[in-house]
Amino acid sequence: MKLLPEFLKGIIKQNPIFVLALGLCPVLAVSTSVKNALGMGAAATFVLVGSNCIVSLIKKGVPDTIRIPCFIIVIATFVTIAELVMKAYSPALNRALGIYVPLIVVNCVVLGRAEAFASRRTLPASLADALGMGIGFTLGLALISAVRELLGSGQLLGYTLLPGFQPALMMALPPGALLVIGGMLGFFNLLKGRKE
Amino acid sequence: MENKLIVTAAPHLHAHQSTARIMWSVSLALLPAGAAGVYLFGYAALAVIVTAVAAALATEWLLQKMTRRQVTLLDGSAFLTGLLLAYNLPSGVPLWMPAVGSFFAIAVGKQIFGGLGQNIFNPALAARAFLMASWPAYMTSFRAPGFDAVASATPLSALKEGHLRQVYSYLDLFLGNKGGCIGEVCVAGLLAGAVFLFLKGYITWHIPVSYLLTAGIFHYVFGPSGLFSGDWLFYLFSGGLVLGAFYMATDYVTSPLTAKGQLIYGTGCGLLTVVIRLWGGYPEGTCYAILMMNAVSPFIDRYTRGRIYGTGKMR
Repeated sequence: MKLLPEFLKGIIKQNPIFVLALGLCPVLAVSTSVKNALGMGAAATFVLVGSNCIVSLIKKGVPDTIRIPCFIIVIATFVTIAELVMKAYSPALNRALGIYVPLIVVNCVVLGRAEAFASRRTLPASLADALGMGIGFTLGLALISAVRELLGSGQLLGYTLLPGFQPALMMALPPGALLVIGGMLGFFNLLKGRKE
Repeated sequence: MENKLIVTAAPHLHAHQSTARIMWSVSLALLPAGAAGVYLFGYAALAVIVTAVAAALATEWLLQKMTRRQVTLLDGSAFLTGLLLAYNLPSGVPLWMPAVGSFFAIAVGKQIFGGLGQNIFNPALAARAFLMASWPAYMTSFRAPGFDAVASATPLSALKEGHLRQVYSYLDLFLGNKGGCIGEVCVAGLLAGAVFLFLKGYITWHIPVSYLLTAGIFHYVFGPSGLFSGDWLFYLFSGGLVLGAFYMATDYVTSPLTAKGQLIYGTGCGLLTVVIRLWGGYPEGTCYAILMMNAVSPFIDRYTRGRIYGTGKMR
């Protein structure tokens, strides 16, 4: 079985954020601190794994014309589970992420993988794909949020790293997210261009 | 190489114009206002100007070296960007702020888009908006003119916060005897430079006149005590309006090309400035008004394109 490449491709080669440019909305919104980013990444990964597995299992029974609503119901189920778990065990994180937890339902990484991958592949391949994509999403989110948290509040994971530094408020605001994502996309494209 | 010989019909005139010539002329035109700023606010203002210009030149050099492009320090555009940014800062800011701002102006405002002529937004204004969003406390602590560094509000912010304008005569406002950014206070100096640019033909009347006219009319119409009671002269002489109208909004790269387009652009700038000043959260709206109109100027260009001679009706 060639599960390993299916798993690995999501991390760098087809990174959902930097290469596929999917799921940018939650990336813009919750990348203000590394802690939020990791929480968001974990929730999205959980939903991805769950929905990819179920979609892969039910792919034969789903009529083609209504496949999207069916996938959305599967995804919404896992999002609800994730939200309830988060509310129960980490209410602070849930409050910090706010509306963006239920909005994982419309995260295009999740639906994109269900539609483009899980609905036509076997269960093990879909599981590997979901794990890889989830980890790639989390890593990208963490990278962006690390830059934003460092520049926007002078901290990393809540610890002050640069004592005398006057944080640039804008990096914690929406324009900062757009700037960092744009800059990183450009940088990774540059690396890709050099390689080819 | 076979096209070395260009054959065109006479007459052949050389305009003696180049990017460098225009950029350095604008910088020269900005000199009186800057000198007035240094005279009013002391050497702190000079330090801000020097830092901003030096950082802008250094960033330009560094990025062009890194991306292996031709280094164009001598065309004056980076110098002008640094200068304009410094003119948009209060004199009392810590010196790392003009440096960071100039870096942002050149790196994010200009070179990321591909350098001079490619940028969507006026780099100096983009940097000012960045500094304003990032360190608002420093960007809004102004000093009164004079060497003893007394904290002071600008006429516009005093008006916004409700304690009405105290002692500002029109002459004070005109000559710059008020709190404000380094380059915006001395309206007389700015106008002197603008006359020079008009005479040289480097700026046309379309943008500044439509900008100031619109702003003046709307300030007059929407006065504090009912319609048609606004103190329009006070508003025109306050804040960065004159600096913006003559030196920022007229930036070749970020403003429309056609005369009709420039009139629309100037009117939009004036309208947005008044809206932000009177009903917005900030006391001054020139910077954001110009940035917003920068964003739409490609569209203005598209819809004011002239008819090609001999091709019938304009589509």
